[in-house]
Amino acid sequence: MAIEVRIPTILRTYTDGAKAVDASGATIEELIGDLEARHPGIKARLVENDKLRRFVNVYLNDEDVRFLGGLGTPVSDGDTVTVLPAVAGG
Amino acid sequence: MLTISRELVDRIIAHATADHPDEACGVIAGRAGVPERFVPMENAERSPTFYRFDSMEQFRVWREMDDNDEEPVVIYHSHTATEAYPSRTDVSYASEPGAHYVLYSTALAQFRSFRIVDGVIEEEDVKILEPGV
Repeated sequence: MAIEVRIPTILRTYTDGAKAVDASGATIEELIGDLEARHPGIKARLVENDKLRRFVNVYLNDEDVRFLGGLGTPVSDGDTVTVLPAVAGG
Repeated sequence: MLTISRELVDRIIAHATADHPDEACGVIAGRAGVPERFVPMENAERSPTFYRFDSMEQFRVWREMDDNDEEPVVIYHSHTATEAYPSRTDVSYASEPGAHYVLYSTALAQFRSFRIVDGVIEEEDVKILEPGV
């Protein structure tokens, strides 16, 4: 089961420069676990204390997963997951 | 160096002035490092000391840029009580190493541009292209 994950510029150091990679899993959490197995180090940039990092946005197709079920959001074959670091500052 | 048209500089200043005392923020999309398409963004925090793009608006704008083969050439925001220099928070959340981070201080009428890569701030010159030149 392949889900396309779109990787932002700043995290492409983990994916050998790839803008999009495939991963699998039944939920966002499993998907991130699989990403970590393929691209070690990436998980810590997305997750902290078993939650999505506050300034990382993860979208399932067109929706922010925070408004769905967070890390527990189910994903299925053919979905696209997009990661974008929030643009923020003070 | 950031090379930018007078019109785009004026639009950043107008947005910052309109939202003062809250911080204003936005993007200028372009290709090959040339800032062209002005995209003012909602400051989801509506705060005088913090800004954050609304996550859904950011998603739409980033996808539009992707579809147009554009990149976020400039990411701008205002400071409303302090100088136009990146704060510690600005540095810790800076996540577009290719972008020019433009700051405008509404308090001091300062317009400055920086690169922020791996936590290091580097100020750069700003060349403003005047109309008809």
